[in-house]
Amino acid sequence: MLNGIIKENPVFVLLLGMCPTLGTTSSAVNGLGMGLATTFVLISANVVVSLLKNIIPDKVRIPAFIVVIATFVTLVEMVMQAYIPALYDSLGLFIPLIVVNCIVLGRAEAFAAKNTVGKSFFDGLGMGLGFTMALTLLGSVRELLGTGKIFSFTIFPENYGMLLFVLAPGAFIALAYLILIFNKLKKA
Amino acid sequence: MTYILIFISAVFVNNIVLSQFLGVCPFLGVSKKVETALGMAGAVAFVMTIATIFTFIIQKSVLEPLNITYLQTISFILIIAALVQMVEIILKKICPALYQALGVFLRLITTNCAVLGVAIMVIQKDMDLVSSVVFAISTAIGFGLALILFAGIREQLNLLNLPKAMKGIPAALLTAGLLAMAFMGFAGIVK
Repeated sequence: MLNGIIKENPVFVLLLGMCPTLGTTSSAVNGLGMGLATTFVLISANVVVSLLKNIIPDKVRIPAFIVVIATFVTLVEMVMQAYIPALYDSLGLFIPLIVVNCIVLGRAEAFAAKNTVGKSFFDGLGMGLGFTMALTLLGSVRELLGTGKIFSFTIFPENYGMLLFVLAPGAFIALAYLILIFNKLKKA
Repeated sequence: MTYILIFISAVFVNNIVLSQFLGVCPFLGVSKKVETALGMAGAVAFVMTIATIFTFIIQKSVLEPLNITYLQTISFILIIAALVQMVEIILKKICPALYQALGVFLRLITTNCAVLGVAIMVIQKDMDLVSSVVFAISTAIGFGLALILFAGIREQLNLLNLPKAMKGIPAALLTAGLLAMAFMGFAGIVK
């Protein structure tokens, strides 16, 4: 399970799930929310796929996995809309897009389809936590550099912030440097 | 007149990759050479336009009348998956060279957030069928433009002597960031 957090971190190492990584990290809380929603889908989908792996015929396995994943995404969407509407509004389009998050389908195909339910559960948890960590980290960096706040706690006044980081280019640039640092740490 | 606005907005001002962050995975994955980028852009354009038409029709004629719009995510993604399968079969027969060049990325168009994203966006923006098609084609052209620009730059980047940790993806992402900044210059063209 620990694999997913550092050694095979889906964002920094495997470079999967880039779209939500860049699109939902304009603030730390958005990144955290997205990460947790995706983790829920990851774990649920992994468990269900592992349970059904012997029943699903090989030829239709990808569409079958997609339906399973889509079901859980719709679930998350509805729950979010009902209980945390603010987060639902700020994450917007990216919530249904969890269904095409390469990490989810990738793990279902590469791991859950070939392993026991228990292992699949922990794999989903590990990958999900790694993803959440990455997203929250990127979100914090962007929010801090852009507005001087983290999780809405003001660290330094907004006037000193670089607005660029909350916008599109900043996402690319911040992620580039984070991966750079991660690469350096891996070598060390 | 509105169609031109939709076109300019989708291609430049709100470029799907550089400002909306959709379609980033193939953007980073297929952009190492300009020819593959061109092929990918073409395939995505085709799938995106047809997918938008089909999902639009399903939304208006099945999901809304029967009040099952919560099935939107599931039905849309299944339509897209089926379409990509079809494109794969057709491509294999008509142009096997392109099929080989695209390799695994063709299948990945299914999980391309841009395709599903556009399908959902036209519903959210409450567009009619013709506007949706214009939007889909324009978005695909915007995607292609970003992809080809990026591929061209990356081909040059590979010849540079960069510090080891910077090589590959970090350099690519920084470039993407600069490209995104450049495209920000288009903001304000469309009121």
